[in-house]
Amino acid sequence: MNAPKTDNRAVELIDAAPIRAAERYRAGVLPYKAMGYWQPDYVAGDTDLLALFRITPQDGVDPEEAAAAVAGESSTATWTVVWTDRLTACDAYRAKAYRVEPVPGTGPGTATPQQYFAWIAYDLGLFEDGSVANLAASIIGNVFGFKPVRALRLEDMRLPAAYVKTFQGPPTGIVVERERLDKFGRPLLGATVKPKLGLSGKNYGRVVYEGLRGGLDFMKDDENINSQSFMHWRDRFLFAIEAVNRAEAATGEVKGHYLNVTAATMEDMYERAEFAKQLGSIIVMIDLVIGYTAIQSMARWARKNDVLLHLHRAGHSTYTRQKTHGVAFRVIAKWMRLAGVDHIHAGTVVGKLEGDPNVTAGVYDVLREPVTPANPQHGLFFDQEWAGLRKVMPVASGGIHAGQMHQLLSYLGEDVVLQFGGGTIGHPMGIEAGATANRVALEAMVLARNEGRDVWNEGPQILAEAARRCTPLRAALETWKDVTFDYASTDTVDFVGTPSAA
Amino acid sequence: MRVSQGTFSFLPDLTDDQVRRQLAFALRRGWAVSVEHTADPHPRNVFWEMWGPPMFDLRDAAGAMQELKACRAAHPDRYVKVNAFDATRGWESVRLSFLVQRPPVEPEFELVREQGEGRRMAYTLRTRRPPEP
Repeated sequence: MNAPKTDNRAVELIDAAPIRAAERYRAGVLPYKAMGYWQPDYVAGDTDLLALFRITPQDGVDPEEAAAAVAGESSTATWTVVWTDRLTACDAYRAKAYRVEPVPGTGPGTATPQQYFAWIAYDLGLFEDGSVANLAASIIGNVFGFKPVRALRLEDMRLPAAYVKTFQGPPTGIVVERERLDKFGRPLLGATVKPKLGLSGKNYGRVVYEGLRGGLDFMKDDENINSQSFMHWRDRFLFAIEAVNRAEAATGEVKGHYLNVTAATMEDMYERAEFAKQLGSIIVMIDLVIGYTAIQSMARWARKNDVLLHLHRAGHSTYTRQKTHGVAFRVIAKWMRLAGVDHIHAGTVVGKLEGDPNVTAGVYDVLREPVTPANPQHGLFFDQEWAGLRKVMPVASGGIHAGQMHQLLSYLGEDVVLQFGGGTIGHPMGIEAGATANRVALEAMVLARNEGRDVWNEGPQILAEAARRCTPLRAALETWKDVTFDYASTDTVDFVGTPSAA
Repeated sequence: MRVSQGTFSFLPDLTDDQVRRQLAFALRRGWAVSVEHTADPHPRNVFWEMWGPPMFDLRDAAGAMQELKACRAAHPDRYVKVNAFDATRGWESVRLSFLVQRPPVEPEFELVREQGEGRRMAYTLRTRRPPEP
């Protein structure tokens, strides 16, 4: 043990009996381990909140002390002993680091400084019911800037069922969304209007109409389409809803357009959402950057008004992408299922944005399953009971096209919105044709999968067969045949499988 | 027009053989198949007439095909679809639903606009059925 040279009380306090309490709380500085934040014998209870951190300690900092420090700084500790702890049931309020393990593939003999996984348990009573803001302020509030750790990442959390039940969750959920849309058995299809900036409301509505008429279920505002000088938000809403209704009349299908209500204040967002509802929009959209509290407010609004709530994860890569520091997206996904959104962008695997297949599979499970068992290969360290909380529809968006349909269906399953922005609007025969190409490719792939064909291997052949009867699909496959985004993922799972005894 | 409801409406109408394979897929997953029909395919018309209750105890696609053929024979001028219902906890909903018959002439939808203040528009969709033959 290389506890900092602070105090000789550390060792004596390991079995601290009540008589030693006077010693423990004498003014001065103690190692976090000695203050009770490291408890290797602690058995986590069903109502404890559990967190798994990836810690890169500074040189010379003992990993258990680093873990204890993270537990301390994310619960009751400050840098020095305070006697006022004794006015509280401080043993209960203290977070307990109870397990530390080296991360495979780090440390001596590798290119990466030694990292550790640290398991920390928090008493349920530390958290306000139904508040993601309080949860986040507690777990990631201060500790990520703490000097003794070089880097810190929140990898995963187990939210006890008792805590999950204090949240509203998704206003609608996958099941009821499908029933409202009357669309079953296949992924939903969407596209983001492009270009992102500069279209007038009327021109914008034209793109919405063409895409929906061609076969998409949804069109979508981009994350930064709010109310700029080239297009006032009300103008966009009016033209987009005209387009939605025209497309419904032309196809006999329920259609939608995600009207982005992201704005400077809650009052503005409520005003825009109310207007969208009055126009008959079935869905509104917000950006992650509006903050957890605003998201929960909009979730409550959406539940009250029977409007689907789409969340674009704008900004998340600033803290989710790098493996050593930040918050893993699977944690954000868990928080957003609590906060209550119906759609969330969650990765494509094959598109232009970060997304390792295993990490993405873990995130999709977190959003869609009633229970997510621990699955280290997918980055899930804990069993998670969702206690009946509704399911969030993941959205795959960013650099995908019809030629990847077999991969998308294999990786992502059928409860997902596949969004082809460029892959619709950039079609050589126009937007409507681009939409039709995607819809035909999708239906052909689902049909083949259900018939028992091996779509992963036969995918290109299935697409080619469908394209023989569908010129737009033929053109799409020809245009984008060589487009792939094959780069190494940054955020991958560090997991070494234990060979099972045969 | 061609109403594009159901899982496979952008593909050419499924042959009976293709329908049978989809039903076999649904039954393998333990879903209950049902047949429904309507003359009004308005997108918000969610309650089509049931051709009997869902066939919860049926495990053979051939049996479902018989029901579907009987429904078609009784209602040659209507839309007919098959649904597959999943009673698993957390779903308890339809998991697959596709058209297996269209009327010889499909209706159109009329979009009725009611102008309000501030350029606001109230939209209503009306099914315009084709004249009786």
